[in-house]
Amino acid sequence: MSASIVLAIIVTSLATFSSRFLGAISSNGIKENSKLFRWFNCLAYSTLAALIARTIIFPVGVLSDTSYLSRATVVLFCLFIFFISNRNFVYPTVISAIMMTLLSEYL
Amino acid sequence: MINKRFFFKGFKSILAPNSPAIALGCCFIAIGALLKNLGFNIHESIFSTMLTYALPGSLVMAESLLVGASLLNIFLAVWFVNARLYPMTVSLFPLMMHKSQPKWKYYFSCHFIAVSAWLIMKSNYKNIEKKHRIDFWIGIGSATWTIAVIGTFIGFYTSDYLDKNVMMGLAILNPIYFLCMLVGAMKTLQISASVILGLLLGPIFYFVSPEWSILLGGIIGGTIAYLIGELNVS
Repeated sequence: MSASIVLAIIVTSLATFSSRFLGAISSNGIKENSKLFRWFNCLAYSTLAALIARTIIFPVGVLSDTSYLSRATVVLFCLFIFFISNRNFVYPTVISAIMMTLLSEYL
Repeated sequence: MINKRFFFKGFKSILAPNSPAIALGCCFIAIGALLKNLGFNIHESIFSTMLTYALPGSLVMAESLLVGASLLNIFLAVWFVNARLYPMTVSLFPLMMHKSQPKWKYYFSCHFIAVSAWLIMKSNYKNIEKKHRIDFWIGIGSATWTIAVIGTFIGFYTSDYLDKNVMMGLAILNPIYFLCMLVGAMKTLQISASVILGLLLGPIFYFVSPEWSILLGGIIGGTIAYLIGELNVS
């Protein structure tokens, strides 16, 4: 293994685990029906939503080579499928991959 | 030790019809292929997924390595993206805390905190007696973690057969799955407001600071949603 890659992996895992571990320690004194817990619950959902919006609108990796139009089309169509399929998660997920592959091939 | 019955009950939850297994596996196939293209060998790719087990963090590490960033830069970039794991842990672990359970289970299993496992646990914890929730959680985490490792392995060895368009298709799977799960979780005013404000503020704050956009969007959006919910109750 190359030393720089191993060091990068270790640094990445430390940066990731620190947030998880601090969260586990902080959880010790928090009651599940407290206001603090409800606030953290809102922060968690909101942070996740912010991450997903950022991943779709300002992506990194291969998604950054796709157009805004194709991403917007896939998101809107998949949400439509989600609602008409009685909130099934699998159909929109599978359709999103097929749609994005086809759109990036032909658009 | 770990209660096997609840561990396997949690492990089997990824076989449910609405399971994130397919989405999660496909995304880690994309990660495996990406890591191979970056020059990682199979050991490094698997090692990376096992130790990090967070998609955005792995992507940021890969991008940072590509531009030759320093270790400090990689640490900070990954920390900013994965700091969301802190509120996710604090909003989940109090639901599983039980005085009869040893602390090491919590400190060990916090490694499994990731969007897919977190969302599965959030939608199932009420069906499990509080004392056994941690064992159920370790089962869910072990299952999703295993899928991530297998996905990376498959992605690494099939990367030569995956063209760029297929990789794009695999990369959109996870955000769409999580978006649907979040929209599906919008059952109370507080959660609905949190999701909507997060979706709006995350991209808006990107124009102010790309590094801080997720944290700022999450903290400000979540706090406003919390206040809206509390005011509505009172």
